[in-house]
Amino acid sequence: MTTFDLKTDSVRELNQHLHDNPSVDVAVSNPGGQHCVACGIDTAVDVVIDGHVGYYCAGMNKTADVTITGNAGPGVAENMMSGSVRIKGNASQYAGASGHGGTLVIEGDASSRCGISMKGIDIVVAGNVGHMSAFMAQKGRLVICGDAGDHLGDSLYEAQLFVRGKVGELGADCIEKEMTTEHIENLAALLADSGVQADAKDFRRYGSARTLYNFHVDNANDY
Amino acid sequence: MCGIVGIYLKNDDLNSTLGQMLAAMLVEMSDRGPDSAGVALYRDPVAASSCKLTLHAATDYDWSALQSKLAAHISADVALRVHASHAVITAATDVDRVRTWLKAEHADVRVMSAGSAIEIYKEKGLPREFVEQFKLHELNGSHALGHTRMATESAVTTEHSHPFSTGMDLCLVHNGSLSNHNRLRRKLRDEGVDIQTDNDTEVAAGYLMWRLREGDTLEAALERALVDLDGFYTFAIGTKDGFAVLRDPIACKPAVMAETDDWVAMASEFRAIAQLPGVEHATIWEPSPATVYTWGRG
Repeated sequence: MTTFDLKTDSVRELNQHLHDNPSVDVAVSNPGGQHCVACGIDTAVDVVIDGHVGYYCAGMNKTADVTITGNAGPGVAENMMSGSVRIKGNASQYAGASGHGGTLVIEGDASSRCGISMKGIDIVVAGNVGHMSAFMAQKGRLVICGDAGDHLGDSLYEAQLFVRGKVGELGADCIEKEMTTEHIENLAALLADSGVQADAKDFRRYGSARTLYNFHVDNANDY
Repeated sequence: MCGIVGIYLKNDDLNSTLGQMLAAMLVEMSDRGPDSAGVALYRDPVAASSCKLTLHAATDYDWSALQSKLAAHISADVALRVHASHAVITAATDVDRVRTWLKAEHADVRVMSAGSAIEIYKEKGLPREFVEQFKLHELNGSHALGHTRMATESAVTTEHSHPFSTGMDLCLVHNGSLSNHNRLRRKLRDEGVDIQTDNDTEVAAGYLMWRLREGDTLEAALERALVDLDGFYTFAIGTKDGFAVLRDPIACKPAVMAETDDWVAMASEFRAIAQLPGVEHATIWEPSPATVYTWGRG
């Protein structure tokens, strides 16, 4: 295990170490809300950050498993490709934005714009999410065990949204859809993988009504 | 982008360390606002029959002359403390009398704050330079707000820096930008509100001043601001007894709050709060959009 104390070691030193493809796990202490902690990892390594982080923690993650024991600032796990990021506290705005793959687990609440423009990532939030979550989400799954704020799934493409609690006003072109046995099985597997205790049968599914992004022949003259 | 910090002490034993806490938070927000820095401290309240004003003028201003002339004018003692380019005067008279006299006799002096406890200091330059210049570590108090500015829509001057006074013992700091400030400035000037610069935040401060003058409570004025102010904002508003926080409904501009048994803090980012003693035991959360939060002894 390699250790970094961000009271004395710099984020640059930590990130360079992680970019040099370490073979042993990394423990980070005293992050103190600093930005860009453990960004751009491209190797299968476990990283545990003990405390609260600022903007863009674990951004662009590929194959690494990153755990944050505290809260995360805006843009955590932004553009993740694969691997996993787990936040034991709350996450601020646009968690998991534009993520292509991997799994983001938020054990607390996520703020606004969670999963904005997600492109294949799976996001499991044990608590609530704020407004405009899954805005323009293209692919992947956003699972919300608590409540979702207003405008969930606005301008949604083909991401699947699952909500156990209340949903505020739905976003444009986002509708509730049938929860089939297949959806329940897939969701149960994702919940089990993420370690979040919830019964898949309690969730409702939301998706795109596909009226905004499909070409409609009646609009041909507008082009 | 700008940085906001606020600290409210629940434990009076910590009052002597307020300046240190504020300074650490402010310096941590340097990246968010390297152009200018400012603070509003609530400290050493004066008696009800007296008033306290923070004044700003050119460097090497003859404050002693102003002090003795004012004392002669009101036939009462005037106390003076000089902090870099600012001076705090306390006088056994009412604020309006001092303001009128200053306008007539010292038009080159700007009133930064007025009330019984508030003191506002602000200056161009890096937060660290500001902290040293004003010896912020040495200042006690019950609560304070601070701001580090990255100017986006108007000039970098002391006058354009935050906090802005919004009335007796009130002030405002802002992270964001308002898009309807020109129209609103004209309206407020028609209402008789004195707005001195082309800065958007000064309009928000003037707006609150106007609403409070019209009889709104602070909470009602802030609820109304949600309707009348167009743009992005996280506001922190200092009051005599505490402070309030408001984010716009879209809430792009960040804000974090934290509370322990000893203090309540807010900041644009957690790393400013991470400087405070006992933060490891703090409850930490993000304020919701379009929601008025207030703390105070009220």
